[in-house]
Amino acid sequence: MTTFDLNGRTVSAHGADDTPLLWVIRDEMGLTGTKFGCGIGLCGACTVHVEGRATRSCITAVGEVAGAKVTTIEGLNPEGRHPVQVAWTELQVPQCGYCQSGQIMQAVTLLKDFPNPTDQDINAVMAGSLCRCMTYIRIRKAIKLAAARMRGETAQ
Amino acid sequence: MIRRIATATLAVASLGLAGLFLLARRPAIGPVERPAPERFSAESIAQGESLAAAGHCASCHTRPGGQPFAGGYGVNTPFGVIYGTNITPDPKNGIGTWSLDAFVRAMREGVARDGSHLFPAFPYYAYTKLSDDDVKALYAYLMTRPDATATVPANTLPFPFKIRALQEGWKILFFRGGRFHANPSKSDEWNRGAYLAEALSDCAACHTPRNSLGAEKTGYAYAGTVIDGWIAPALDETNPSPVPWTQEELFTYLRTGGSPLHGTTGATMTPVIREGLALPVVPDSDVRAIAVYFSDIDRAGARAHDTEAATREALANSSLGSSQEYDPDAELYAAACIACHYNSGAVPLPSRPELALNSALTLPEPTNFIQVVLNGVSNTEGAPGLVMPAYASSLTDGDIARLAAYLRRTRTKSPHWSDLERKVSAIRQQSAASH
Repeated sequence: MTTFDLNGRTVSAHGADDTPLLWVIRDEMGLTGTKFGCGIGLCGACTVHVEGRATRSCITAVGEVAGAKVTTIEGLNPEGRHPVQVAWTELQVPQCGYCQSGQIMQAVTLLKDFPNPTDQDINAVMAGSLCRCMTYIRIRKAIKLAAARMRGETAQ
Repeated sequence: MIRRIATATLAVASLGLAGLFLLARRPAIGPVERPAPERFSAESIAQGESLAAAGHCASCHTRPGGQPFAGGYGVNTPFGVIYGTNITPDPKNGIGTWSLDAFVRAMREGVARDGSHLFPAFPYYAYTKLSDDDVKALYAYLMTRPDATATVPANTLPFPFKIRALQEGWKILFFRGGRFHANPSKSDEWNRGAYLAEALSDCAACHTPRNSLGAEKTGYAYAGTVIDGWIAPALDETNPSPVPWTQEELFTYLRTGGSPLHGTTGATMTPVIREGLALPVVPDSDVRAIAVYFSDIDRAGARAHDTEAATREALANSSLGSSQEYDPDAELYAAACIACHYNSGAVPLPSRPELALNSALTLPEPTNFIQVVLNGVSNTEGAPGLVMPAYASSLTDGDIARLAAYLRRTRTKSPHWSDLERKVSAIRQQSAASH
């Protein structure tokens, strides 16, 4: 059994320690905002935050996050109004939407590390987050909009 | 003639062995009533707590997830597994019946209360250098811990290594007792660091190569070696990190488990920090003293000018892989690694371990790189707040070999690693067996 913090709540996973965190989040905890994409940590759809940092939950064993703070898209902001989420909605970033929670979680970490990201920063940090609908151009735009607002340069 | 020589040889050997067994005898020190906790001063207990942390006693004397000091951690030695003993004051299974004299003898000479020899997996050869006051403080601390009735598994040493009397021979060959001698040409701080490193923390246990009988090789102090399937890097001037381990970098690393210009702890270095030097009971001044000592041993001063150039070069290459180069290896790196390891700006972020500065890429062998990729870094390992998934289930031996070769090629000036796929496969099998 592994105990960790999920979106501010202490939870215990009852399966084996090597169960992927993604399975625990979706099947055991019932939070389905985080998606299963490739299952081998190479597409980014399953991205959640562990200790505030983007992490691929499909290949992270639940035992590895014992005692850690895990945040999913549901826990990013109580009203779903994180500046990145707001920018995403305003610019109508998603097409099918399947990869978008992973994209958003990765973008939040990007902006934490690089508050004023260059295109190169965005290319590198978002490189592992794939979108089959090719929303990349809007993703870039939304990241820059959220960044400007988070720096206080543009009004909400 | 041959028979006579054989008989004579056998006779001499038997005599020698008998002599060794005679020499090996040590008297038992009679059991005492478990000393009452009030006998020890709060000051002495606190001093012992700090020393026990800096000496990371708990890491070998605690089974994973178990009660501290109750024993049961298996130390893998080339001879077999030796289990850390219960050193709580439980009279039956711990050391509750040990007098101070018995404890001192164990620490200084490697002999248990009952007179039997201890194996040098317990580094009495280092503790012999501790001051009387510090040994007393450790005794005070351990004797005031909660009892644990836990027994520990039997060691798996085969014959003849399991014969404790033979340790007398080992001691004759390799053990020299005696207190720590300060180096008068160095500062007090340096000497404090040397004392902690040599007498208490026994850094050499993992960082100095050993001979075939498990004793540290003379003339190779801190030259680096393989331990538990990982490389414990050299701590002398041959350390392969692109940026020298300066006093500041060492202090940050030893205090927190990671530093921006070197990366985070792995393997058995994690408990040394997390259950030791990072604890508030260890004063900053002691951690700094160790940093002063090793930044002299590794000649960081002479390499200080490397820092800026190596950092600049690392950051210039950090985006490689993100610009859709026509290179399948770079694509794999971009898909699996770059989101967390990319850096820009003048210095790498502590939360983004910069691979070009990490010794895992510049060591002569890819061992540590492969270990980390296969097994990841859990929340209880490495630097606090940094978790890396294990890629064992998602990347093939060939994939990991390609990543290793790609990073070695693009992030370092070191020669290519050979035979990568076979090495990945070997480490994969080893880790699967030990998990």
